[in-house]
Amino acid sequence: MSAVSVQAIVGAAPSPIEAPDVDYATISPLLIILGAAVLGVLVEAFVPRAYRFVTQIAVAVVGVVAAFVATVVVGAGLDTVDGEVTGRGGPTAMGSLSVDGPAVVTWAMLLFFGLLGVLLFAERRLDGGLSAFTSQASTPPGSADERHATRLRIEHSEVFPLAMFALGGMMFFASANDLLGMFVALEVLSLPLYLMCGLARRRRLLSQEAAMKYFLLGAFSSAFFLYGIAMVYGYAGSFGLAEISTAVSSQIGGQNLLLAGMALILVGLLFKVAAVPFHAWTPDVYQGAPTPVTAFMAAGTKAAAFVAMLRIFFVAFGGARWDWAPAVWAIAIITMLFGAIASIAQTDVKRMLAYSSIAHAGFLLVGMAGLTSGDGVTSVSAVLFYLVAYGAAAIGAFAVVTLVRDAGGETTHLGRWAGLGKESPVLAVAFTIFLLSFAGIPLTGGFISKWSVFAAAWDGGAWPLVVVGVVASALALFFYIRVVVLLFFAPPQGDGPTVAVPSPLTWSVVAITVAVTIVLGVLPGPLLDLVQQAGAFVR
Amino acid sequence: MSDYADYLATYASVAAIIGVGVLLAAGMLGVNRLFRPTLTTPAKLLTYESGVDPVGAGWAQSNVRYYVYAFLYVVFAVDAVFLFPWAVVFASIGWAAAIEMAVFLGFIAVGLVYAWRKGVLSWT
Amino acid sequence: MTSMSSIVLAASEHADVVPVAADGVFSWMWLLVAIPAVSAAILLIGDGAGDHGPLDRFGHLLGTAAAIASFVVGVVGFVALLGQDVAERAVTQDLWTWMQVGGFDVTMSVYYDQLSALFVLLITGVGSLIHVYSIGYMAHDPRKRRFFGFLNLFIAAMLVLVLAGDYLVLFLGWEGVGLASYLLIGFWQEKRSAAVAAKKAFIVNRVGDLGLALGIMLMFAQFGTTNIHEVGLNVTNASQSVATALGLLLLLGACGKSAQVPLQSWLLDAMEGPTPVSALIHAATMVTAGVYLVVRSAAIYDLSEVARTAVVIVGCVTLLFGAWIGCAKDDIKKALAGSTMSQIGYMMLAAGLGPAGYAFAIFHLITHGFFKANMFLGAGSVMHGMNDDVDMRHYGALRKLMPLTFITFAMGYLAIIGFPGFSGFFSKDRIIESAFATNFWAGLAALLGAGVTAFYMTRVMILTFFGERRWREDVHPHESPKIMTVPLIVLAALSVVGGALTFSDWIEDWLTPVTGSEHHELGVPAWVITLIIVAVVAVGASLAYVLFARRDVPDTAPQQVSVFTRAGRADLYGDAVNEAVFMRPGQYLTRSLVYVDGTGIDGAVTGTAELVGDGARGLRRLQTGFVRTYAAEIFGGALVLVLALLAVNLA
Repeated sequence: MSAVSVQAIVGAAPSPIEAPDVDYATISPLLIILGAAVLGVLVEAFVPRAYRFVTQIAVAVVGVVAAFVATVVVGAGLDTVDGEVTGRGGPTAMGSLSVDGPAVVTWAMLLFFGLLGVLLFAERRLDGGLSAFTSQASTPPGSADERHATRLRIEHSEVFPLAMFALGGMMFFASANDLLGMFVALEVLSLPLYLMCGLARRRRLLSQEAAMKYFLLGAFSSAFFLYGIAMVYGYAGSFGLAEISTAVSSQIGGQNLLLAGMALILVGLLFKVAAVPFHAWTPDVYQGAPTPVTAFMAAGTKAAAFVAMLRIFFVAFGGARWDWAPAVWAIAIITMLFGAIASIAQTDVKRMLAYSSIAHAGFLLVGMAGLTSGDGVTSVSAVLFYLVAYGAAAIGAFAVVTLVRDAGGETTHLGRWAGLGKESPVLAVAFTIFLLSFAGIPLTGGFISKWSVFAAAWDGGAWPLVVVGVVASALALFFYIRVVVLLFFAPPQGDGPTVAVPSPLTWSVVAITVAVTIVLGVLPGPLLDLVQQAGAFVR
Repeated sequence: MSDYADYLATYASVAAIIGVGVLLAAGMLGVNRLFRPTLTTPAKLLTYESGVDPVGAGWAQSNVRYYVYAFLYVVFAVDAVFLFPWAVVFASIGWAAAIEMAVFLGFIAVGLVYAWRKGVLSWT
Repeated sequence: MTSMSSIVLAASEHADVVPVAADGVFSWMWLLVAIPAVSAAILLIGDGAGDHGPLDRFGHLLGTAAAIASFVVGVVGFVALLGQDVAERAVTQDLWTWMQVGGFDVTMSVYYDQLSALFVLLITGVGSLIHVYSIGYMAHDPRKRRFFGFLNLFIAAMLVLVLAGDYLVLFLGWEGVGLASYLLIGFWQEKRSAAVAAKKAFIVNRVGDLGLALGIMLMFAQFGTTNIHEVGLNVTNASQSVATALGLLLLLGACGKSAQVPLQSWLLDAMEGPTPVSALIHAATMVTAGVYLVVRSAAIYDLSEVARTAVVIVGCVTLLFGAWIGCAKDDIKKALAGSTMSQIGYMMLAAGLGPAGYAFAIFHLITHGFFKANMFLGAGSVMHGMNDDVDMRHYGALRKLMPLTFITFAMGYLAIIGFPGFSGFFSKDRIIESAFATNFWAGLAALLGAGVTAFYMTRVMILTFFGERRWREDVHPHESPKIMTVPLIVLAALSVVGGALTFSDWIEDWLTPVTGSEHHELGVPAWVITLIIVAVVAVGASLAYVLFARRDVPDTAPQQVSVFTRAGRADLYGDAVNEAVFMRPGQYLTRSLVYVDGTGIDGAVTGTAELVGDGARGLRRLQTGFVRTYAAEIFGGALVLVLALLAVNLA
């Protein structure tokens, strides 16, 4: 809206507005997901309560699967572009979206995460037949109203449309081809997440506080992002990534405006990916949010934000690489080290996974230091691979967290996890596999992904980053192994942890993520091929 | 670079106006303060709330449930904001515009329908 | 150092080796790894733990059978390899492409050549014997199924390490043996010392792994490949400095795994593990992986004199260092551990001599595998009879009561000190000779080490098997069951005859295609050196006899001892150095970061006290995580970022 009017003022003569020409087929995955979200709102409004939860699950699953199929079709039909860069696909919807190789791969990845997330949301066998979400969010925690709502077995099935909105926003974020679209996408993905964070059934105060923190800080960082966009607009006179790129490479005046704008945009994005020093929300929010939401958020937000970040900085600011690269280097280093060292001292499983997520953001930033295109390991392919491997392991790990419980719900103190190997060997082995993948042990997806980001960075001349990265992963490995030992060899405290028996929903999530983690470690070839063929970003 | 400097120079007049404005206001208040007598009574020190006696401390929590009103406001405000410019160019675009705006309004309506079904619209 | 620089290296013959594709027997070599790996998987994640199912009753038999089956495959492969033409003795079998990115690909392959074949025999052969022994040693342990699972896991990982055709795959095995070692050292983790030792081994090894990982990254960056063979071909065209950097990084890795100075400190503590583990992992096989790495990377070391010199220095320092520690320890296993460090120092020294020494390094590695495994198992047998007491001051006069253990241990003893005719005599003799031929000082260190070895091993022998009875009250020494003594007898036999490998230079010729070979002429006839060595050994042994057999042995270690003994008992202050250099700063760093994190954390994962009122604590903890602090951090970060970018522009 403001873009149009500002352009009208700046442009020479106001041109007559033409009907936008949108290739609906190409953006169909996005439309299907947002359609499923809207349909979900209607289901919430009209379907009787008894059938609502099940209907919502059906709508979400069908939507995600349909969108996945559509993504595959779109991906198969992308044309190869041989220009300045080798890539596939290109801008569509009046240039506001770029449906290129990386975008389509990211869509598929996000939809996969979304499906796993929905399966976790749908789990109702763990908490006496109720979902992990509070019965009525508007009742004060511990009040009579709350107990009444629980007794009536009311459930917030709104989480499904909310998740679909967030998913749609993530997909939009990863493929947006102008800064304004990116901002809208950022908000569309963030707002539902803020809300969902506050909906935990147990420990509601913790959950609400997490939501509040996430919202305030998220809004704060969005403001930075928006301010950055404004500055870059002031510099380039356009929101389009392609136009900004042209302006950057022709160095039209006012470099300060560009630099400040880049820095502020970077702040907004680094907040979303949880890089130091913009990470502080992560442990609190991961801990407080309902665990299924944490799982979905950890995998999805990171993926969408990283792809968007690569897109902005490689496409729009590619010409100013030597201005932003040092900052990214510095942040990658402190993020890796901080994440690895701080996780050593954690005693809460969810906080530990949050710090591990911070460290992984650092490793992903290392990947950003690689080459934009070429036939070796490029930054884009390395980061895409990393995101799939990390996301799968993260969702799996949080899925395991939902199963280890005591009378008060999930028990996340690490000490209470001692002896899990005896209580439920299968679960403990699964969690071990995820931890080993986080640690980057060979034969897990984590090893190949670390290797590929390091290889990309080394190819790009960023060997100091690689050295720090190797040191940081060595540090982190120590902690992960200690947890593994705790699971299997430490004597259980008291009765030891109890493992709730979940429905096939959660089991299938754990099974799928374990399979993905191992397949990516043993036979990474197909996915590596795929991310390589996706090629570079096309503007 | 000099173009850029010239461009920035055009902001000088804005700065000047702001400066003059601040000076004027400060001056008037300052003169006022210099000449007025100061006699305080408890009634005078009370916070002025449209003639109603204030209750409680200055910091009060508002109920989170007011989000519903914000919600409804957004539904209608967003409607209006997009409808006005659309109306200006509607004729020149034709049916495509009508359909797309209908889709847009449909989405907004979904939000309204949700609010209605959740009982937000019953004013009791 | 004078003669060091005058070496003219033989043209790297090993670079000419062209691996042939595996067929016939060789296409089954993957079974070597697969059998113990599958067995480990069954034992570790089979039916629920501790429920006395069939796996708990027969698991140890399955594990042992897997090790033996793997050994049989190894023997078949070795025999087949003997039948091949010399030019076709490096066979490679591609299993699948692990990863392929652009021009870079890593293949999961089995690379089976003369060097791998020897290692396979050593690992599976000694491994099988130790499995058999463990059946007796661990008979009453409730978790023996898990123990055998770990042992199988170790065998599989170690075989991956030596059969790897690619440094990345080697790294996989490297990490795998590290993990298995960690798990086995801490096997009795209810003992706090065992848990601490496991942790320490793990951390110190990480430092070494860092070197290996960076070395592999450097190869990838320089040559675009990590295939061992191709790296060997490429490195000849690379600059001197690249070869040196690679050599030093790999040496760092080797130091960690092989407990060489300065990363030696973990090995002594690793003796907290069950004794069969000490024998297999911390004597015969895993700790020699560093030597394997250096020999396998011969192509790199051939090109860098600096790297080779570094290897020699590390070897010499460690062989004296370990011997010194061996003299001061009263714990039989720690004395043996010091001796292990020292013997691996010999191997490193030999490997650092280049093509002149590679074959001798491997030769000594194999004989050491026999006699050290033998002695560790013997020590285990003694402990078995002495209620797990490890203090040699509480032994004495055991030769009558444990005749088999005594005789087999004596064979190992004669082998390690280099008694003429025994295996150690040949292998150590060769190393000392070539050391003298290359560099006088290295030779002198090796010679001195041989004397000290004779001294401390004689001391162990006397304190344990001779002299007065100094047993505790309730100890009734007895011979171990057959299942434990049979492996001892086999290993003792091998310790005696292992030297046969060098008859008519068999092992040198066998390894030449892999490592190259060259011979340095000594200034004196070889038999003179041999005589000198034997004389030095005799002096060392006699000194020990005079000091320990002719006098009474105090029941507790005397405190009024020389500064040398005190230093030796303190592991030459290795831990103190580590603590000051690494541990303290690390702790401060972690603590301060946790402070920044603002959440009260006790640092111990299993702290029980914290369990009480966890929920309440969680809430209170959240109160301290103020949003305003976080927002200030974000703002500060943004400010720094903006200013930094602008400053770059202004500069």
